[in-house]
Amino acid sequence: MFKYLNKIIVTISVMVSLSISGVANANSSGTIMIPTHNWSSQLVGAEVVGKVFEMAGEKVEYVPFDSQTVYQAMADGDIDIVHEVWEGAFGASFDASVATGGVIDLLTHDAVTREEWWYPVYIEETCPGLPDWEALNACADQFARADSGGKGVFIGGPVDWLKHDAEKVEALGMNFMVKNAGSAGAIWAELDAAVAQNKPVVIFNWSPNFIGAKYEGKFIEFPTHDPACTKDASWGINPNALYDCGNPANGYLKTGVNVDFEKNHPKAFAIASVMNFSGPMIDKMANYVDTDGMEISAAADRFIEEHQDSVNSWLAAAN
Amino acid sequence: MNRFFSKYKNFLFVLVPFGFLWAIKPLMPSWFFIPPKSCLGGCGSIEGMIPFVGWINAGIKFLKSYEIFGLFTFRELTRSISKGIDSVLNFTEAIFYNGFENLGIEPLPWIMLFGLAIVYGLYLRGWRLALLGGACFFYLALFSLRGIYELSMETLSAIAVSAPLSALIGLLFGIVAAKRKRFHDALWPVLNVLQSLPHFSYLIIVAIFFGVGSKAGVIATIIFAFPPMTRLTILGLKGVSQEIKEAGIMAGCSKWQMLFKVEIPSARSSIMLGINQVIMQCLAMVVIASFIGQKGLGHDLLARLQNLRLGQAFEIGVAVVFIAITLDRFSQAMALKEPERLKEGNFFKRHPFISSSILVILGSVILTFITPFASRIPTEYTISISGQLNSMIKFITTSLFNPLGAFRDFMLVYILMPTKAAFQSLPWIAVIAFVGLIGYRLGKLRLAITVMLFVFFIAASGYWVRALITLYMVCVSLVICALIGIPLGIWASKNDKRTKIVQNICDTFQTFPSFIYLLPAVMLFQISDVSAIFAIVIYSSIPITRYTIFGLRNIPNHIIEASITSGCTERQMLWKVKMPLAFPEILLGLNQTLMFALFMVMIAGFIGTVDLSQEIFRALTFADGGKGLIIGLCVAFIGLTADRLLVAWSDMQKKKLGFIS
Repeated sequence: MFKYLNKIIVTISVMVSLSISGVANANSSGTIMIPTHNWSSQLVGAEVVGKVFEMAGEKVEYVPFDSQTVYQAMADGDIDIVHEVWEGAFGASFDASVATGGVIDLLTHDAVTREEWWYPVYIEETCPGLPDWEALNACADQFARADSGGKGVFIGGPVDWLKHDAEKVEALGMNFMVKNAGSAGAIWAELDAAVAQNKPVVIFNWSPNFIGAKYEGKFIEFPTHDPACTKDASWGINPNALYDCGNPANGYLKTGVNVDFEKNHPKAFAIASVMNFSGPMIDKMANYVDTDGMEISAAADRFIEEHQDSVNSWLAAAN
Repeated sequence: MNRFFSKYKNFLFVLVPFGFLWAIKPLMPSWFFIPPKSCLGGCGSIEGMIPFVGWINAGIKFLKSYEIFGLFTFRELTRSISKGIDSVLNFTEAIFYNGFENLGIEPLPWIMLFGLAIVYGLYLRGWRLALLGGACFFYLALFSLRGIYELSMETLSAIAVSAPLSALIGLLFGIVAAKRKRFHDALWPVLNVLQSLPHFSYLIIVAIFFGVGSKAGVIATIIFAFPPMTRLTILGLKGVSQEIKEAGIMAGCSKWQMLFKVEIPSARSSIMLGINQVIMQCLAMVVIASFIGQKGLGHDLLARLQNLRLGQAFEIGVAVVFIAITLDRFSQAMALKEPERLKEGNFFKRHPFISSSILVILGSVILTFITPFASRIPTEYTISISGQLNSMIKFITTSLFNPLGAFRDFMLVYILMPTKAAFQSLPWIAVIAFVGLIGYRLGKLRLAITVMLFVFFIAASGYWVRALITLYMVCVSLVICALIGIPLGIWASKNDKRTKIVQNICDTFQTFPSFIYLLPAVMLFQISDVSAIFAIVIYSSIPITRYTIFGLRNIPNHIIEASITSGCTERQMLWKVKMPLAFPEILLGLNQTLMFALFMVMIAGFIGTVDLSQEIFRALTFADGGKGLIIGLCVAFIGLTADRLLVAWSDMQKKKLGFIS
C-alpha cells in the first residue's frame, strides 16, 4: 500500500515542479481570450468572432464567463473582447469599465435590443386592451398569487440585473409587486409552467432571445422611454418620480475590447472594428441553436458559410 | 409544580430569558431588535455596525498592489502561481482531449480509458467494479451526441490537477498539524470555517488574485477540497499506536524515516479515505467552479439550464453522477486493497495487472489505426435521450402542477409566511442570549462565548435581516428533512437489502448536481419559498437518513439481546431501546443536514429567494470580494453555531448513555 502512496507523492511532486517551471515560460499575450456566456446568440457569435480571428492567423481561446463580471475582467486584461454588450443589461457595467480606461467602446452593431415586461399572447383573451400597460394594470388581480396580498405578480430578472421594475411599478402607481427570479432559467421555468396550464403570467424578457421562437407573446407598451425619464423626476406622467416610462425600445448592442487589444493583436483589432452584426444575423445565430437544435460549433460554421461575403469583407480589414 | 420545574429546568433556563426579551420588544427602541448602523468608517457608508466589508476590501486593495521585497506585487505572485497551474492544465488537457499537436500525438482514445477501467476494476476488486468503470466510459462515449464525452474529458483534466494538488496540500498541512500543536490549534478553526463557507463567497477573491478560466476553477476547487484531507491525515497520524512508534525508534529511524516509513504507512487507511474525500469534493465543485470559468460538464450544465433545456442538463447530470460514483468506488477499493504477495513465474504471471494494462494500451492504439470508432465514436452513431427526458419532466411537472398548487398555497399562507414573520420578529439581543444560554448549559462558559460571538458577528455585519430569512428557510427544511429522513432511516435499517437500496439512492442524490432540481421545483411550485425549500429538502435529507441508519445499525449486540430476553416487542425495542441509543448519532445527522441545507440554500438563490444568497449573487456580479466573503462568513457562522451546540449536545447524550467517558 505504501507503494501507492509513494507513487502518488512522486506524481504530485512532478506536477508541482512542472507548475513551477511553467511560471518561468508563461506568456499570456499570445492568445485572444473570448468569453462565452449563457445565451445562444452570444455563444455562437463568440465562436464566429473566434473563427474569423483564426482565419486571420490569430490564436483564440474561449472562456466561460459571467456576463456581468466580464467587464471587470476585460478592464484587467484577462479578457480581450466582448462582442455582445447589451445596453439594458450591461450598459452600467460596461460604462464603468470604459471609465476605468481599461476598455474601449469599439463599435455599435446595427442590431438593436429590447428588454421589457412580456406576456404570452393567450392572455389577451382574458385581459382586453393589451399590450397597453394600463390594460395590464386593470387586470392585475388575474396575476395575483397566494403570497402577493392581492397584487399582481411580475416575474422580474435577478436583482443584480439592476432593472428598475419596482421603481417603475411605484412611479406608475401599478397594482403589481415585483418578484425577482434568481436566474434566467427560473423565469423560463415560470413561463413554461404557466403556458402549459394556460395561466396568466407576465415576465421580464428581451429580444433577440430564444423565447420569441418558442412561445408567442408581446412586450407590454409602457410610456415611451426618454433619457430624461431616468434622470429628471418631473418628466413623464408622474411628476414626482423617476422611471415612469418603459425601457428603451431600441437599445444598443456594442463591441468592447481591452485597451491593449490593438497593440497585442492589430489584425484582430482591425477585424473587430468592422465586424458589425445586424438584427437578422443575431436572430439567425440564436435560431440555429434554439430552433434547429444545432450544437454551438456547428452553428458557428454554418453562420460563416452562409455569410461568406460579410466574412470576406471583415477579413479584408486585416490586410 | 416543583417536579415540573426540576424536570424541565434546562428548557426553562434557556426559554424564559429568551421569551422575556422577545416579549418586551414593543417597549424597546428599534436598535433592540434590528442591529443598529454605526458611524465606524463613515456615517451612512456601511450597512452594519462594524465595517467588516470595507476592511476586507481595503485588505484586497492593499494586497493587489503590495510589493514583496519591492520586487513583485502579491498579485503578481498569485498570478504566476495560476500560470503554473495553467501549464499543468495544458498538459492534462492535451492527454485527455486536445492531443499534443506539436508531437503529433492524439488524445487518449475512449477505448483505452474503457479498457483500463475494466482492467483496473478487476485488479482492485472484481468484475462488479470493472463493470461499473466500463459502463461509465461507455455511457460517456455513447451518449455524446451533445458532446458529453469532450466535456467529461475537460472536467477530468481539471480534476486530474486539482485532486492531486488538494491531496498534497491537505497532506502537508495535516503532517505539520499533527506534529506541531500550535499550528494545529491555529489551523483547526480555519478548517471549520472553510468547510462551512459557501463556495460563492470566495470565488470573487479567487478571480481577483488568480484570474479566470480553468486555472481559477482549480484554485477554488482546492480551497474547497483540501480540508477533509488535512483532518483525516491528522486523525490517522494521531491514531498511530505507541507500540509502532517505539518499534520505529528501536530500529533507529531518523525523524524523516519515522514519518515516511513508519507513521504515514500506518496511517494509510485514513489517508486513503482522505484522498477519496478529496476526489468527491472536487466533483462536487464541478458546477460551481464554472462560475469563474472552469470548462467542462458544469459550465454546459448551467448554460443548458439557463435556456430551459432540462433534458440535456439532466443527461449531463447523469454523466457527473457516473463519474463521481466510479471514482468513488475505485478510490475506496484502492484504499482497501491489501498489498499482494509477489507471484512466481515469468513477467506476465508476476505482474498480471501491469502486463494487461500494457496490452490494453497497445491494443487500443492499434485499434485507433484500424477504425475511427476506437478513438471517438463518430457523432452520427452517438445518441441522446434528452428529448425523451425533456418530455418526461414536462409531463410530470404539468400533470402535478394543479394538484400541488393547492398544497403550495396552503403551505405558503398557513405555514411558511407566519413562520417567516416569526423569525423576522426575533430581536438580535434575544437570539444572542438564546444561543449563549444553550451553550452555557451544554458546555459552560467557553462554548457560550464562542457561539455568542458568532451570532454577534452576523448582527454586526449588517446582514441580520437577510440572515434571519436564511435561518427560517434552513429551519423549516430541517424539520421536513427530519420528518422524511428519520422514518426512512428506520425503515432502511431493518435489513441489509433495504440499507443498500437506500444508501445507493443517497449516493446518487448526493452526487447529482443539485442545480438541476431547481427548475423542476419552479415548474411545480412557481418562484416561491416552497420551491426553494423543496429543492433544499431533496438534497439535505441525505445525511439525516444516513446517520439514522448508521446509529440504528451500530447498537451493541448485547444490548439488543438483553432487550429480547427481557421480552421487548418489536415496537418497544425500537422506541425504548434503539432510538434512545441512536439519538446521539441522529443529532449528528441533523447537524450534517443543517450544513447541507446551508449549502443548498445558497444555490436555491437561483430560484429567487430574498435572503443571504441574493446578496451573495449581487456581490458576485459586482465583483465585491469583501461583501462576498463577509456574507459567506455569516452563513458559515450560522452553521458553526448550530454545529457547536449540536455536537456538544450529542456528546452529552453519549456520556449519559455511557458510550464515551
